[in-house]
Amino acid sequence: MALRPVRPRSDLPLAVDPSSRFLGWITALMVFLAALALAGAMVVSDMARRWDNGLAGGLTVQVAPMPGAPVPPLDERVEAALTVLRASPGIRSATVLSGGEIARLLEPWLGPGAADPLLPMPRLIDVTTEGPVDVAALTLRLTSAAPGATLDDHAVWLADLRSFAGAVRLAALGVVLLVGAAAVTTVVFAVRTGLAIHRPVVELLHLMGATDRYVSRQFERHVVGLSLRGGAVGLLLAGGTLFGLHRASQGLRASLLPSLSLEPWQWAALLLVPGAVALLALVTTRWTVLRTLESMP
Amino acid sequence: MIRFENVGLRYGSEAEVLRDVSFTLPPASFHFLTGASGAGKSSLLKLMYLAHRPSRGLITLFGRDMALVTRAELPELRRRIGVVFQDFALLDHLSALDNVALPLRMAGTPEADIVAHCTEILRWVGLGNHLHAKPSTLSGGQQQRVAIARSVINRPRLLLADEPTGNVDDGIGMRLLYLFEELHKLGTTVVIATHNEALIRRFDHPRLHLDNGRLLVMPARGARAQDGRVRDGEWE
Ligand SMILES: Nc1ncnc2c1ncn2[C@@H]1O[C@H](COP(=O)(O)OP(=O)(O)OP(=O)(O)O)[C@@H](O)[C@H]1O
Ligand SMILES: [Mg+2]
Repeated sequence: MALRPVRPRSDLPLAVDPSSRFLGWITALMVFLAALALAGAMVVSDMARRWDNGLAGGLTVQVAPMPGAPVPPLDERVEAALTVLRASPGIRSATVLSGGEIARLLEPWLGPGAADPLLPMPRLIDVTTEGPVDVAALTLRLTSAAPGATLDDHAVWLADLRSFAGAVRLAALGVVLLVGAAAVTTVVFAVRTGLAIHRPVVELLHLMGATDRYVSRQFERHVVGLSLRGGAVGLLLAGGTLFGLHRASQGLRASLLPSLSLEPWQWAALLLVPGAVALLALVTTRWTVLRTLESMP
Repeated sequence: MIRFENVGLRYGSEAEVLRDVSFTLPPASFHFLTGASGAGKSSLLKLMYLAHRPSRGLITLFGRDMALVTRAELPELRRRIGVVFQDFALLDHLSALDNVALPLRMAGTPEADIVAHCTEILRWVGLGNHLHAKPSTLSGGQQQRVAIARSVINRPRLLLADEPTGNVDDGIGMRLLYLFEELHKLGTTVVIATHNEALIRRFDHPRLHLDNGRLLVMPARGARAQDGRVRDGEWE
């Protein structure tokens, strides 16, 4: 006779528990939140790193037009600034940006008419450094040689950016920790309820020689199954949301917005979220069952 | 195999249900356990299958003093004991086969062996057509046979049956008792609580008789006839 395949089954009728219904959905929600928080943190970190690389190692000197002021003409002041820069230690090159380049930089803010020759445009000198530069001393020499020159070493701008990225990462970490705590609490509650509901069955299993680990395996199988299914749903929802945001961000013309795309390894990291939640659920379940049974006769 | 010395059991603060119970069951022995309803038969069996601890006295099982056994050691001892509960204690959400399979699953038997074994024993007790039936769809006698199949599936060294033939006719009752006889011949120690005098007469085994919380050990009729002091049916 052909043997019927044995269905996956549990010695405890856990599938009909009221707690089973919400555990899956709560896991879905938690995985969704954690995945979004993680994606947000990764996007912002990437953005900060790109700006960091692009801006560090460079300085910008701006020489402002000062119509009516008793100073040499703009061109002379730019030349003076260049001379100072090229004589300073730690400077590799200093180039004056052309009017066209400046117009392109300003376009996002001022729109396509930025290069109006009638507008008094500042001159920008793009400086690349090679080694440490004494910014304070350089600023002093620049302003005395070329009045109206200001030195921007992006330090403030970069510091703001770094602290913003740090804050986002911290917030994401907070969300992940909260989600973890919520997951643990939910599982503890569901498992305790299950143990209370099925206490007679648990006692019977004990009488037949079941170890506490045997009983806890029944719960673990059930809880991990639920959280994996819920986690898959949550991950799908998060992936859909991220994809939607990515598409929406491509429609925007603002080049300032960070690109909302993730590297393959970052997608892989998101795939780990449901696994991590399921693992947390597993450990919590085992711990809860064993601890509760310990107090049973 | 089992020794009780001055064992007493009380539930809560009520009077003792069992008083000064002392007896020894040698390995591979077969005893009936008799007594009026409420005499304490189930309570005595519960002490034997380690569901309760005695209020006083000493219980030795498998050579171990039960007062000294830790919680972690209990599962291993309990697995050597097969129990037919008076109320069957089947799990309603599991099929007959899965109910019978429980002791094997706990012991980690390979799944293919489990299905083969359980199918065989369920056929033996006449439930070959109900392998996948839920207990709630079975008659009382059928449920009882599932419970019996479960108690013997793991070849226990000690078999404790509480009214195992209460819901079946005498024909099936005999058949089930032969099952216990077979185990007994293979070396299992058997204790069967029953009211069924016909069975007791049919199978000549010593009995433990509970009366008013006290236990009397009565030898088998064969033994009594031999030493000629006790007449047949004297204490019935
Ligand atoms: N869990 C319990 N709590 C309190 N009292 C109990 C409990 N179980 C049994 N008793 C009492 O212990 C006494 C013996 O009960 P027990 O079930 O052992 O009798 P029994 O001999 O098995 O009876 P029956 O033949 O009807 O099954 C009864 O008076 C009963 O009320
Ligand atoms: Mg009873």
